[in-house]
Amino acid sequence: MPCTAQDVIAALRAGAETVTEHRDELIRLDRAIGDADHGENMDRGFRAVVAQLDSASPRTPSAVLKLAATTLISSVGGASGPLYGTAFLRAASAAGDVTELDGRAVADALRAGMEGVTARGKAVTGDKTMIDALAPAVEAAKASADSDATAATVLAVAADAARTGAEATEPMVARKGRASYLGERSAGHLDPGARSTALLLAAFADTVRTDR
Amino acid sequence: MSVGLVIVAHSGRLAEGVVELAAQMAPEVRVVPAGGLPDGATGTDFETVSAALSDADSGSGAVLLYDLGSAQMTAELAVESLGDPSTAIVADAPLVEGAVAAAVAAQGDSDVEAVARAAAGAASMEMAGAEPGSAAGAEPAPGQPAAAGESATAAAEIREELVLDNEIGLHARPAAMLTRTLTGLDATVTIVFGDKEADAASVLGLMGLGARQGDRITIRASGRDAQQAVQRILDLAARDFDE
Repeated sequence: MPCTAQDVIAALRAGAETVTEHRDELIRLDRAIGDADHGENMDRGFRAVVAQLDSASPRTPSAVLKLAATTLISSVGGASGPLYGTAFLRAASAAGDVTELDGRAVADALRAGMEGVTARGKAVTGDKTMIDALAPAVEAAKASADSDATAATVLAVAADAARTGAEATEPMVARKGRASYLGERSAGHLDPGARSTALLLAAFADTVRTDR
Repeated sequence: MSVGLVIVAHSGRLAEGVVELAAQMAPEVRVVPAGGLPDGATGTDFETVSAALSDADSGSGAVLLYDLGSAQMTAELAVESLGDPSTAIVADAPLVEGAVAAAVAAQGDSDVEAVARAAAGAASMEMAGAEPGSAAGAEPAPGQPAAAGESATAAAEIREELVLDNEIGLHARPAAMLTRTLTGLDATVTIVFGDKEADAASVLGLMGLGARQGDRITIRASGRDAQQAVQRILDLAARDFDE
């Protein structure tokens, strides 16, 4: 079943709840290898997204994603603001004018989002960043869409792949972002950006799944 | 109006300090600080950078310089969000050296691309000018000897010596004046001091010579306007760089 603007709104609200729930965990992860602000920044950003959604009613999935993007850009701060903002912005462009996203459109939007993050942050797989969660999610989503899966299924497999990808960042030595300043000492900790990416995708997937 | 500059930094005071320095080199260029978060904390803020960008661009475009990490992303995002993203460029350059070089280029009425190139050129510059010829081009073509210009123009080279009488020698402001005075001339000018030499188009290269009051420097100029270039430098020195 396709994914409407209402579904995307519900998914973002669920994402905001997850981020609030895991705020302290993200802070803890970021304290280990960064500057301890990821949980707070993401929580502030997604609360702002929810506030925007309360006062505006965008009519297409693309418009919802774009509203989230501009809100995140101006409220998250740090590197995550531009990175998540760009991801949502590119996903919004990929979604186009349609009122419903099918599995293929969801997979394409995920890919566009990842390409935005790559263009902005120049990270590749293995650098211990959100790309390590996003890249496997995009691959899994594509494979799923190739076999004509629904939007809900595409999101579910993407979320699973993102979780596995995020967990795989633990032994990695960071090559991008603040954590890279630590060199070898960055190993042994989950990357907070990969973790938040996985958390968001899981929340999106759960929402669309329980919707049906 | 000239190209404007935006200094994107994690700290408001850092941005303001760079603006202060760049403005001294190029008083007529609009250099706008965009540092720190609105609440005064360190970080870079999209709205602050966007506002600074529209403030800096008075019609001729703007070049943005950044300090580190997410400042680059915020700057790039601000440019991409413009109605016409081609009016601004995020320069891949060291913040302080790049800002000074960009400000001087902007004062000389360079366009956006040229100002960004001047900033980026500051990265590869030999501060001390220790390697003769190395500071000559902002973009030496790979695989091509950098000395292409030298052999072609050596025959027509003009040499002139002068003694710096001004109090601070070839320091920041006089160096910037020297570079600016050559803008628009078709001439390749090198300043030699002792065993060091610097491209006169590079403020930092000139400063790196370390020529002080009483020091004797040599001007080497070639190209169609070589004579005029030398004369302008002699005039500046005769006026003690307006000290």
